[in-house]
Amino acid sequence: MDFLNAIVALLNFVVIPATSYGAQLALGALGVTLIYGILRFSNFAHGDTMAFGTAMVILVTWAFQSVGIHFGPLPTALLALPFGIAITAALVLATDKAVYRFYRRQKAAPVILVIVSMGVMFIMNGVTRFIIGVGEIRFDDGGRFIVNANEFKKATGLAEGLAFRSTQGLTILTAIIVVAALFWFLNKTRTGKSMRAYSDNEDLALLSGINPERVVAVTWIIAAGLAVIAGTLYGLDKSFKAFNYFQLLLPIFASAIVGGLGSPLGAIAGGFLIAFTEVGFTYAWKKVATYVLPDALAPDGLAQLLSTDYKFAVSFAILVIVLLFKPTGLFKGKAV
Amino acid sequence: MSSSRNPYKDDRGNKDRSITKSGGGELEYPTKGGKARPAPGGPFLAAENMTGGYGAADILHDCTLTVEKGQIAVIVGPNGAGKSTAMKAVFGMLNLRGGHVKLDGEDITALTPQDRVAKGMGFVPQVNNVFPSMSVEENLEMGAFIRKDDFRATMEQVYDLFPILKDKRRQPAGELSGGQRQQVAVGRALMTKPKLLMLDEPTAGVSPIVMDELFDRIIEVARTGISILMVEQNARQALEIADRGYVLVQGANKYTDTGEALLADPEVRRTFLGG
Amino acid sequence: MNLRNLLLFGFVALLIVLEGTTTAFGLFGGSWNTALGILNMGLISAILALGVNMQWGYAGLFNVGVVGFVALGGLAPVLVSTQPVTEVWTTQGAGRLILALLIGLAVIALAIVLYGRLRGRNRTLAILAVLIGGFFLFRAVFDPAVDVVESFQPATHSNLGGLGLPVLLAWPVGALFAAGAAWVIGKTALGLRSDYLAIATLGIGEIIIAVMKNEDWLARGVKNVISIPRPVPYEVDLQRDPGFIDLAASFGSDPVTASTVAVKLLYAGLFVVILLALIWASEKALNSPWGRMMRAIRDNETAAEAMGKDVTRRHLQIFILGSAVCGLAGAMIVTLDSQLTPGTYNPLRFTFLIWVMVIVGGSGNNWGSVLGGFLIWFLWIKVEPWGHALMGLITSGMAEGALKSHLQDSAAHMRLLTMGLVLLLVLRFSPRGLIPER
Repeated sequence: MDFLNAIVALLNFVVIPATSYGAQLALGALGVTLIYGILRFSNFAHGDTMAFGTAMVILVTWAFQSVGIHFGPLPTALLALPFGIAITAALVLATDKAVYRFYRRQKAAPVILVIVSMGVMFIMNGVTRFIIGVGEIRFDDGGRFIVNANEFKKATGLAEGLAFRSTQGLTILTAIIVVAALFWFLNKTRTGKSMRAYSDNEDLALLSGINPERVVAVTWIIAAGLAVIAGTLYGLDKSFKAFNYFQLLLPIFASAIVGGLGSPLGAIAGGFLIAFTEVGFTYAWKKVATYVLPDALAPDGLAQLLSTDYKFAVSFAILVIVLLFKPTGLFKGKAV
Repeated sequence: MSSSRNPYKDDRGNKDRSITKSGGGELEYPTKGGKARPAPGGPFLAAENMTGGYGAADILHDCTLTVEKGQIAVIVGPNGAGKSTAMKAVFGMLNLRGGHVKLDGEDITALTPQDRVAKGMGFVPQVNNVFPSMSVEENLEMGAFIRKDDFRATMEQVYDLFPILKDKRRQPAGELSGGQRQQVAVGRALMTKPKLLMLDEPTAGVSPIVMDELFDRIIEVARTGISILMVEQNARQALEIADRGYVLVQGANKYTDTGEALLADPEVRRTFLGG
Repeated sequence: MNLRNLLLFGFVALLIVLEGTTTAFGLFGGSWNTALGILNMGLISAILALGVNMQWGYAGLFNVGVVGFVALGGLAPVLVSTQPVTEVWTTQGAGRLILALLIGLAVIALAIVLYGRLRGRNRTLAILAVLIGGFFLFRAVFDPAVDVVESFQPATHSNLGGLGLPVLLAWPVGALFAAGAAWVIGKTALGLRSDYLAIATLGIGEIIIAVMKNEDWLARGVKNVISIPRPVPYEVDLQRDPGFIDLAASFGSDPVTASTVAVKLLYAGLFVVILLALIWASEKALNSPWGRMMRAIRDNETAAEAMGKDVTRRHLQIFILGSAVCGLAGAMIVTLDSQLTPGTYNPLRFTFLIWVMVIVGGSGNNWGSVLGGFLIWFLWIKVEPWGHALMGLITSGMAEGALKSHLQDSAAHMRLLTMGLVLLLVLRFSPRGLIPER
């Protein structure tokens, strides 16, 4: 019984939260890694693209709610998602035309594009705050739980309850669908293959008649879509706050780099690795330990390895350790 | 000093792999190309009186290269003679100050490399000539990117020509050996069904056995009616299969004759073929 | 210094003078107090920009963790100049805490030694064992000591306090702190097979700030440290000083205004001395053989390496120097504010804004960085009131309502937008910056 309780506690406080957080990081990192692969730079504006897109989703959600449109047991934000993606994709494409394209034509050094993306980051940051403010916003509605802790306790007779929030379930499900669709697109469609070809060898892609502007545009649209989905899922799971999204940049970059920049598979692996280590290191293991260990060995304190405030430190430490042993990341990225 | 460079290209020596990906392309985008004009008559490929270079100094001086239909033309010459540059000039990767390029009765001097591909030129660069992370089959598919028709028959022809590629068609091209990678590169260029295939040192870095094998395949390709223009370091072997040979020195034609005649020319043998 | 550059500096000076003297068109504040406030932070911004310019301009090193070095420098005034909390300097308090930190260092040192000595699976296992064992040992010694320190008068202290030394001493110490952190980061990130400095600095920046927010025993965390000693007299003391009152009267000013202006001027004097010294030193260094070598490496690393230059070592050097300058500036900011508030260390403000200064001023040019520092700081301060004024103008015709109040409330965010716009415009139309590198 104690063992079962321990497993339930572990699922409840580590596995489920880490999986949904990992899915959110993976989606974010996929966007970063795609831009890196095709446009050859790390997009510092990605966190703010997520923030902007989520803000748009929130606005549309509010509009739906105000006219009484709901999505049954699911969050209304899901209905708003396509609109948010469309608006964000339009903004990102406009940014590309107005800003990035010039440097592409100049064959500018990628590091210049990184600095350019800093400027875009400032602007997007300002625009998002301008539109929706800096406060914390919760916008999840619909059913709260797939599995409720009390009902679970009653049904199983265990002391430990299992709570599986619908936003977490939704996050994991959406992430699986999105990732599957992305991989199908990249590996099976003509456009997807042309993107991989362009990422592999730009000149040869040009000589094969692949239109670079089209590749770049499709990449931006996909990256915007991934950013808005990741941002909305994160916001549903936790809450929306513009500055938090900016700060997600570090774990997202860390995920993409740990996995191997430019490798979509790596971005997913990196996202989950970072999420599980962050949650694992900052979870207070006392509960699990008391169930599993004999009383004499039970810990006195919280058995928390690090305070949650140090979760960035964990992502960073994992990053350094992986790079020390595998300089190009887990899945051989485009480095070196 | 950095100030003389294009400021947009000035990376200040930054090589940070966590934010930038190296090895971008060098080709210009197909934005400023002109149109082809009819120019009937003359050889199948006639790149005549080409003069030009990358910067202020010319590399090519009045250089002329011609290939007839289904023939093999080989460019040889010492290091730095402008062999690869001449090839790039034919393909439109170099701005010419003088001269013109005609292919199959059309003047294509104003076209971009991409447009030349559509006109029937296939180009195999010396290095970076495959998509390393993509499978052999995907490489071939990308070669056929501009084709709207069914290209499966062409792919079968490529597999017949290079049977090893069929066995390895699911494997990433980057994991193949040097010789096999060259086969992928040639196969990719053949996928557009080019009228003229241009090869920049196809045997660079491969063993002599693989080199002979590659040359055999190139002869086979020429027999199907495709003209071949290639640059070679292994001058003697290349001239043996050449219908036409060009010896370039300092960007200008030094000797031009059939491959056989050049091999027989004592002057050419002494100076360029090591006796 | 050609005429154009002099004019640019003259323009910035004019902006500050206008801010002090006129309220023309509602663009300026018309107060010497705010003008000198802008000048002082402008001077510090210029120093920060100099530091980043050393790294980016002269070595192409991409530091996106400036905020971390600034924060670390800011720690120095607290640790150097505040009074020690003698009550916690006991064996069970400070003594044990310091022992824990030494244990932590020893564990890391041991892991590094093992990394160098062993190979293969043994190495991985040994390092893991040392790190995990060391971590628990560290926590076992560290946690009780922290409890002792932090439970002492939480409302006012809960930290170790400082050494009670003059605050000016904290400036070089702040630079040393930042240099130490830079050494560790540089050793790790530049030592990897490819260069991962950007992500490393981004990460360390966040970690330093997390530590400063959470480790109350160090500098009270988010409870802030206030009343850090000053290197200049206090306003109230000046206002009581008859000599000063006479002096103020001779300028026709009341003692209160005169005292705030005088204090700011004294700070400005100190900062100007530091800034000039730094410019002199970096100009001197850049025209020395060392500086020529740095540029040779930047312009052609392969050739420099072929000539036997140790590129990684030079990069490490300049990274440490630039970071030290940022740390110095961080200590100066805390001294100017007389308080340490870790919650205010925002990467947008202390990392990316500094980058805007460097790029706008002119990468690779010290005078450009200084100009960028002043100009961008002036804009950063003034765009907010300008935004409010502009929004007021735009919304003046609107009916009262949610949209109008939303627009007026949002005007504050105009500054981020403006900074982005300035950066993009300069990058596009004047990619070398306002004062290009020669």
